[in-house]
Amino acid sequence: MTALAAILMRDMRLAVRVGGGALIGVLFFLIVVTLVPFAIGPDLVLLARIGPAILWLGALLATLLALDRLIAMDQEDGSLDLILMAPVPLELALAAKALAHWLSTGLPLVVAAPLLGLLLNLDPAATGAVALTLAAGTPALTFIGLIGAALTVALRRGGLLLAILVLPLTIPVLIFGVAAANAAIVGPVPFGTPFTILCALTLISIVIGPFAAAVALRQGLD
Amino acid sequence: MPLTDLANPSRFLAFVDAVLPWLAAATLLAFALGIGQVYLSPDDYQQGATVKIMFLHVPAAWLGLFAWVLMSVAALGTLVWRHPVADVAAKAAAPIGAAFTLMCLLTGSLWGRPMWGTYWVWDARLTSVLVLFLMYLGVIALWRTIEDPTRAARIVAVLTLVGAINIPIIKFSVDWWNTLHQPASVLRLGGSTIHPTILVPLLIMIAAFTLLFLTLHLAAMRNEILRRRLRTMLLMHADAAAGA
Amino acid sequence: MDLGPHAGFIVIAYAAAIVIVAGLIVWVVLDRRHLTRAVDELEAKGITRRSDEARKEMPKGTS
Repeated sequence: MTALAAILMRDMRLAVRVGGGALIGVLFFLIVVTLVPFAIGPDLVLLARIGPAILWLGALLATLLALDRLIAMDQEDGSLDLILMAPVPLELALAAKALAHWLSTGLPLVVAAPLLGLLLNLDPAATGAVALTLAAGTPALTFIGLIGAALTVALRRGGLLLAILVLPLTIPVLIFGVAAANAAIVGPVPFGTPFTILCALTLISIVIGPFAAAVALRQGLD
Repeated sequence: MPLTDLANPSRFLAFVDAVLPWLAAATLLAFALGIGQVYLSPDDYQQGATVKIMFLHVPAAWLGLFAWVLMSVAALGTLVWRHPVADVAAKAAAPIGAAFTLMCLLTGSLWGRPMWGTYWVWDARLTSVLVLFLMYLGVIALWRTIEDPTRAARIVAVLTLVGAINIPIIKFSVDWWNTLHQPASVLRLGGSTIHPTILVPLLIMIAAFTLLFLTLHLAAMRNEILRRRLRTMLLMHADAAAGA
Repeated sequence: MDLGPHAGFIVIAYAAAIVIVAGLIVWVVLDRRHLTRAVDELEAKGITRRSDEARKEMPKGTS
């Protein structure tokens, strides 16, 4: 097994174990989506209209919460040093970790979204659109969050600061994700326009995220 | 004295001590001239006297962007050349840039209410400037959270460069998207579209505010160097006391 | 000077600008005062930026 595959499998196994973040993220997603109707009221028409936005916000917050574990955990138990000394480039190692993080934490959110869409009175077309945009956009959230995780790795209580740093950078993803979902549901903009931009954002973040995170990690651990 | 001498913090301090009074005087003069021009400037035929808010709003917006660009250049100095004064320049610029971005948002909102009928609208220009303000706060928070100033400088440098993507987005947002905010009328290909009786006071105010920024920035850099010296002294003192 | 029907907004805008600029100036000035006082206090106690060994080797009259 190559070093990168080993990192990938290790991170995924850790995430799905007890104490791992995988299903906790989905649980938080569920709770957030449940809270919104309590705050807004049970008006089903209104909920269906803002449903895509609620699902996207819930997914964003759930991803943010799970980011804490991405690098800080490895730093605490010393495995970060092993990764830094490994024969693989740091950028690729971080990309593998981010991929593992998305597979174990982000992808379950995408799977859970259609079920939660039922709570928000979304029809099947809308649910499909939201799930598709989440599938395309949650990797961007993870890879942008990777940068924040690397920046705050050395801070002990870095959790909230991490969220503050990452959120402004994820705003474009949120905007285009919801725009694409809404475009599929009500138009008039064709679904393809915001969706391709969303995919572009993901691809850009997959490249820039690991590079920026590697620089931040090297500078921060000197 | 060659420019590279300024990389030495002590020489830089001497430079600031020499230059700052002149900069402050120039700033006062420029504002005196600018305010006079603003007072004399005519009302806009559409907007009336409220166009006078523009003489605050545009310089503030310019400085908010300029400060982040300055921080980005300093960030390169820190990451690529480990330039000692670059750290100081970046840290000093953040609160000043944040303040001017806030001024831009406030004056813009107060201008928007009578002109557009609303204090705020989520169009591309306003949203991206608000995001810029949030990023300034994030950078300031990061500076304050990391103990060692040299390490903090390097980490903040990465965040600054990542956030620099927002600057072209802000500048071109009124071109790329359908926005309520008016399109570019000063810095555009083909020259400005503003009449000279309003353009001249505007340019003078931009110059005055820029001089103000430079004055504040150099003074803040001087404070920052002093702060680091204080920290070194305290560490030495603690070291000696522990060893005694 | 007649500022027209929206005079209030113009005045508040200029007031806000003055407050923000004044705030920046006050911050810079007070910060400097606090720092120079702290540095002077420490130097009066004989603490410098050099370690003890380096200070012994320094010619007198520098810090």
